[in-house]
Amino acid sequence: MSLDKATVARIAALARIRVAEEDLDGLARELSNIMGWIEQLNAVDTEGVPPMSRAADQKLRWREDKVTDGGIPEKVLANAPAAKDGFFTVPKVIE
Amino acid sequence: MAAAALTDLTIAEARDGLLAKEFSARELVEAHLKAMEAGRGLNAFLTETPERALAGAEEADTRIAAGEARALEGVPLGIKDLFCTEGVATTAASRILEGFTPPYESTVTRNLWDAGAVMLGKTNLDEFAMGSSNTTSHFGPVENPWRRKGDNRPLVPGGSSGGSAAAVAAHLCPGAMATDTGGSIRQPAAFCGVVGLKPTYGRCSRYGIVAFASSLDQAGPITRTVRDGAILLRSMAGFDARDSTSVQREVPDFEAALARPLKGLKVGVPKEYRVDGMDPEIDALWQKGIEWLEDAGLEAVEIGLPHTQYALPAYYILAPAEASSNLARYDGVRYGHRAEGGSELLDMYEVTRGEGFGAEVRRRIMIGTYVLSAGYYDAYYLKAQKVRTLIARDFAAAFNQVDVILTPTAPGAAFAIGEKEDDPISMYLNDVFTVPASLAGLPGISVPAGTDGDGLPLGLQLVAPSFDEETMIAAAAAIEARAGFDGGGATAAGGGA
Repeated sequence: MSLDKATVARIAALARIRVAEEDLDGLARELSNIMGWIEQLNAVDTEGVPPMSRAADQKLRWREDKVTDGGIPEKVLANAPAAKDGFFTVPKVIE
Repeated sequence: MAAAALTDLTIAEARDGLLAKEFSARELVEAHLKAMEAGRGLNAFLTETPERALAGAEEADTRIAAGEARALEGVPLGIKDLFCTEGVATTAASRILEGFTPPYESTVTRNLWDAGAVMLGKTNLDEFAMGSSNTTSHFGPVENPWRRKGDNRPLVPGGSSGGSAAAVAAHLCPGAMATDTGGSIRQPAAFCGVVGLKPTYGRCSRYGIVAFASSLDQAGPITRTVRDGAILLRSMAGFDARDSTSVQREVPDFEAALARPLKGLKVGVPKEYRVDGMDPEIDALWQKGIEWLEDAGLEAVEIGLPHTQYALPAYYILAPAEASSNLARYDGVRYGHRAEGGSELLDMYEVTRGEGFGAEVRRRIMIGTYVLSAGYYDAYYLKAQKVRTLIARDFAAAFNQVDVILTPTAPGAAFAIGEKEDDPISMYLNDVFTVPASLAGLPGISVPAGTDGDGLPLGLQLVAPSFDEETMIAAAAAIEARAGFDGGGATAAGGGA
């Protein structure tokens, strides 16, 4: 699997990671190498095999539907790079 | 007791000495704080918390005097900087968590403090626990306290829990918390000549541990003896309603398991782990390990784990996929680093993440994003999940035949800082023997078992069925007793002094 520059730029945009134009070629090479190595999985016959999504053989627990946390806005906002009047603040969004 | 001797104590010895009032918790903690200061060249600690440690020691001495000592009263520990510690900076060794001070405590560390343990500081690691050499840390690499004979080049401590392993090996602390996603407890333990125990997935709560790959992440101890690992695990483990995958199950007395009889048990030796071009020294040590276990009364049986070679590529789909989702939260809004000058929201996200994450983390997020993207999900992610099922089935079939499995921990000894940096895949291969058990959610332990021709430590790994850490611990103790490994080659002075 070879990833071209355009694909890498698209992945970077999906991942919300700014990659400089001059770094795209190098990254495309690295990611292509890794994906090429991963291709060996195609040799495994997985016909009829169920996917495994959790390590422990268990079902998710139920719990009572009640509030167990909250009422701590100061703690929630304590680490915000920018906050005002009890809200997180972000740069303006223009569509 | 002299300060130097206090840093040579194991956790069991420290615990017993404190109770017998041979020394105070204050003396014990002060000795370790002094060792940490002398060992700063290793870069094993990112944050030192001496005031907190001394306050904890004082409380411990009061409780011991009052006859109210808890299981780990006064025992000083290093904590991997992936565990959130209330009021103490937590970085995950990443620039993107710059300035983050958790307003809450992880369950595992909470359990340790409730048992009387004392925090010395937060240990260095690979950024977001992604790495096998501790060289991806934003705060610089950790040096392994071991050196090759006649060669003073600094070596890596392994990773991702490199700071924890180096600190324990150099006697800066008698034990440390670590986490393991694909080998991050066991591989650095092997590289530094210490014991690294990864419990069964679900045994320890993941609440408050900075997430990497949630279906794989598991906390465990790094210590200098198997007994100490058992002691720490007992206090760390237990059900926690705040982790949806925490398992509701009694926590056994793991220390008592050391005395379990092994006679009549079977140890499996997987033929697929004898990989092409295997280092003959590692192969020889593995053979010795088999003989030691036979001497302890186990019967060695060759087993097959036919999908072993596919574990690593499957892991490098699953772990980055989960990471790309988990690390989406670092967007410069709620905590940590925010880039200057982003004039619009999307721009701010992209610049923040582009400059906040290091190269390896960016690479893994992008692989994860790619394999989960439209049109590729079935071909990569779903395929890897199916391969994971086959790997888990391999182990399940093997454990119908045997009680525990013995393998080398890593394909080689510690390498020099800067080596294997050009090719990500050669770095990934460090975890070839540890990843399969991680995918299956099984407990594993690395025990220091010998040294190579350069005088560097090598480890052997034991893997047990789910929630049978006790058999694994008993077998590990049998290897430890017979290997007679000498950890004296590790010195804090090795680092930059």
